[in-house]
Amino acid sequence: MMIPDGIEDEDKWLTAGIAGLQQNAFYMHRALDTNNLKDALKYSAQMLSELRTSRLSPHKYYELYMRAFDELRKLEMFFREETKRGCSTIELYELVQHAGNILPRLYLLCTVGSVYIKSKEAPAKDVLKDLVEMCRGIQHPVRGLFLRSYLSQVTKDKLPDIGSEYEGDADTVMDALEFVLQNFTEMNKLWVRMQHQGPAREKDKREKERNELRDLVGKNLHVLSQIEGVDLEMYRDTVLPRVLEQVVNCKDELAQYYLMDCIIQVFPDEYHLQTLEILLSACPQLQPAVDIKTMLSRLMERLSNYAASSAEVLPEFFHVEAFAKLSNAIGQVIEAQVDMPIVGAVTLYSSLLTFSLHVHPDRLDYVDQILGACVGKLSGKGKLEDSKATKQIVTLLSAPLEKYNDIETVLKLSNYPRFMEYLDDGTNKVMANVIIQSILKNKTCISTADKVEALFELIKGLIKDLDENLDDEFDEEDFNEEQSSVARLIQMLYNDDPEEMLKIICTVKKHILSGGTKRLPFTVPPLIFNSLKLVRNLQGQDESVSGDESSANPKKLFQLLNQTIEALSTVPASELALRLYLQCAEAANDSDLEPVAYEFFTQAYILYEEEISDSKAQVTAIHLIIGTLQRMHIFGVENRDTLTHKATGYSAKLLKKPDQCRAVYACSHLFWVEDHENNKDGERVLFCLKRALRIANAAQQMANATRGSSGSVMLFIEILNKYLYFFEKGNSHITLDSIQGLIELITTEMQSETVTPDPAADAFFASTLRYIQFQKDKGGAVAEKYEPIK
Amino acid sequence: MNYIIGAFKPACNISITFSDGKTRKQVPLKKENGQTAMVPLFQSQENIAGKISIEPVQGKKVEHNGIKIELLGQIEMYFDRGNFYDFTSLVRELDVPGEIYERKTYPFEFSTVEMPYESYNGVNVRLRYVLKVTISRGYAGSIVEYQDFMVRNYTPPPSINTSIKMEVGIEDCLHIEFEYNKSKYHLKDVIIGKIYFLLVRIKIKNMDLEIRRRESTGSGANTHVETETLAKFELMDGAPVRGESIPIRLFLSPYELTPTHRNINNKFSVKYYLNLVLVDEEDRRYFKQQEVTIYRLADTS
Repeated sequence: MMIPDGIEDEDKWLTAGIAGLQQNAFYMHRALDTNNLKDALKYSAQMLSELRTSRLSPHKYYELYMRAFDELRKLEMFFREETKRGCSTIELYELVQHAGNILPRLYLLCTVGSVYIKSKEAPAKDVLKDLVEMCRGIQHPVRGLFLRSYLSQVTKDKLPDIGSEYEGDADTVMDALEFVLQNFTEMNKLWVRMQHQGPAREKDKREKERNELRDLVGKNLHVLSQIEGVDLEMYRDTVLPRVLEQVVNCKDELAQYYLMDCIIQVFPDEYHLQTLEILLSACPQLQPAVDIKTMLSRLMERLSNYAASSAEVLPEFFHVEAFAKLSNAIGQVIEAQVDMPIVGAVTLYSSLLTFSLHVHPDRLDYVDQILGACVGKLSGKGKLEDSKATKQIVTLLSAPLEKYNDIETVLKLSNYPRFMEYLDDGTNKVMANVIIQSILKNKTCISTADKVEALFELIKGLIKDLDENLDDEFDEEDFNEEQSSVARLIQMLYNDDPEEMLKIICTVKKHILSGGTKRLPFTVPPLIFNSLKLVRNLQGQDESVSGDESSANPKKLFQLLNQTIEALSTVPASELALRLYLQCAEAANDSDLEPVAYEFFTQAYILYEEEISDSKAQVTAIHLIIGTLQRMHIFGVENRDTLTHKATGYSAKLLKKPDQCRAVYACSHLFWVEDHENNKDGERVLFCLKRALRIANAAQQMANATRGSSGSVMLFIEILNKYLYFFEKGNSHITLDSIQGLIELITTEMQSETVTPDPAADAFFASTLRYIQFQKDKGGAVAEKYEPIK
Repeated sequence: MNYIIGAFKPACNISITFSDGKTRKQVPLKKENGQTAMVPLFQSQENIAGKISIEPVQGKKVEHNGIKIELLGQIEMYFDRGNFYDFTSLVRELDVPGEIYERKTYPFEFSTVEMPYESYNGVNVRLRYVLKVTISRGYAGSIVEYQDFMVRNYTPPPSINTSIKMEVGIEDCLHIEFEYNKSKYHLKDVIIGKIYFLLVRIKIKNMDLEIRRRESTGSGANTHVETETLAKFELMDGAPVRGESIPIRLFLSPYELTPTHRNINNKFSVKYYLNLVLVDEEDRRYFKQQEVTIYRLADTS
């Protein structure tokens, strides 16, 4: 209840104040219109008396002040006309000082003072000095701040600046400076003092009010920065030391933070650069609670932007040793403020790093130095728990990646990996991801084993489980995404030199094998394919080179591959392993390594037999096996027989009849390899196809028995197609009669009532017949061959 | 009717004119009835000369036992009203007893008149100068006419005019040091000074500088002291902290001051004081009073 009442009262007081002000302003206007100086002074003083109130908050007081300000502009114009009419300015200057109340008196004095300077009847500096001195009479913080702000406002275009009309023999820019500095000092004192006045329980409210008033103080610094005559030398020798002296001496955290920030923001970058030492030397002297880190961060941010703005300014940065100074300052600040949260320190280092990257992109040692210092700060604190701090660290660590766009550069930083140790697992992962994304984005190729080693050390958050008991937070989707990234990363590792590439592969293998079962399905395939790529490269080169003396020979690689895939069996990811085995077998085939290929096939078969029990998986697997086996050409008769025999055996043992049928007719291809004459066994082809037919028949009967309808003729049509294929390829065991018989069988079946209509089968059959017709229409030998088919 | 009115009217008109009346400076004089009249201004040791012109009312003659003019310097105490004390009295006989039938003019002159005291119009006391023309008559009573004039005496700037500097305070509460640039100010002077706060442990609200006039009349047990505050000039608004120095600049011209009068003819004194007043938030007043001498400096214009 208290507060709303207070606000209501305040509104009432403000309304009353405005009313009083307007009433007196009305009389003042009348006096101005009739050129009645005496009344004008009387009513303006009464009008200004409204500003003597202590009841308004700064916010409301400002409203009142602005109204008075507008009225005073009219009065100022009147004064100016009055002096043209013959009233001397000095007389006016005295007249307004007769007012008994100090606040109206000083407002009037400032107003006339501005006219006085403009009249040039007295040196500007004298008037300014007098005004700024007289304003000392207002010791009430709010009223004083507004009065001095008024003074600053009415005089800012009348300072004896260089090139200004008020500059003269007696008036130099030093006087302008002196004036503004003094006004600034006094305002700051008033502002700082505000917190100590009034009851302690309203401290929060006062702090809020103070914050509202801060721009009045900061405005002075802005005015200072606008003075043309303030060159670097003057800034360094006068302005900055004086301002800093005030900032340091006021011993108030709010003021110190705000003003330091003001200094950083209002003065030009090149000044900061040249006066870094002075500015930074003030930092350790500030109150412990001052947020120096944000302040320094903003300074460094500005300097970074400045450095980025133009290459011409960079030499200056070197010249003033900006990095060393900043680095020093940060060290001191961190040392001085023992209680600074870790996030603060990290933020500071992060800013310094950004700065260094902008200004000294070539100085990797600086970056490393910063990281080292930061690690030093982190050490002994264990893993970081503070989420803000870790966030900052991610920023910090990402910065060099973003800058150099090149992981290789980052890998040179010896402190970088040390850093990762202090991150919690989550952050570690995030960071690893950032690194990987950077590599992927820039398509960086990592080309030596050493680098790969270092890189994997960095991203080990993704490579292995760092902490076993985190499973409850396990997010499948995230995990998949992470591991896919790792997989993509593995693809980026490449070197033209087989030796080196082999080393890379070994390194990767070492790391991923330690990654645990969950990761293997993601990480193994890219490694395998990387290795296979190497194998292919080796083939591309002179094959005689890849002799035994070289470690990077296909044989050795295949051994490695075998071990790697074996690891998958523990997962278990047998289907994947099977595919990889087959892939390797094919590669071995290309490398003419029969035993190796045989071994891979054996492994695949073992997997098929022992691990793959799901019937669907079996179907897929068997087709894969058949497909691969069909392309193998290095096997001797014996090996080949064993393998094909096994494959057909597996096919016939599939669970569902249609699957069996399809697998069996697929097997027919194993005995008919184009371009390999010794691999064409027409009889066995026919044997397979017949067997397929038998199975198809059996399938239909089964359907009849169980469901009362004989199911689709699809299988028959498929088999017919196989017949046609081998017939066309010239397999003498495939006769026209058998084809004719099959067509008739299908036709009959399709017309039979028990068959469920199947549009897909109809279409398939129709297009098969169309094909036959097409071949007939071709004419020549082909047509002759097909001619007998009806 | 006319006859009756004529009976109460004085038998003649007396007018007093000064020989340099047209050029002499006129200053306002507040009369007893509250009105202000413009009267000529003199200073000590000037010649006061002029003419008295007596014009009997139409068709009447004025019979008299002699005509004289007096220059009187009088001190009048208000609590002892009507009792004038003449500290200066000069007489010039203008005519021997006789009769006046028509307008008659008499020149008069008081040369280098000593008028050591200034005209003064205070709360309890008045010091005035007057020319008094008396036409003495026997049974009918004398005809008297007065003409006031003002006297102001100018003082050269004092050869020694030290500043007033003082440290005052309440132990462990408030210590200030103030300084006024002079101890003697002329009427259009400016008081320049400053107040330096050495210790502030009370919550000060504001600080004023007052100009006070202390008029004491009579002597011994009958002394009356009247103090007036002529000016209340705010010097400071708000609470200062240790080390603050507040400027003083007070123009004296807007205030109706007179020079300091010390023991005028053993009748009265007028003294001026600067009173520095500090008011705290509980409206308690802390003050320090210092006498300053006010003098009249010759107008340069």
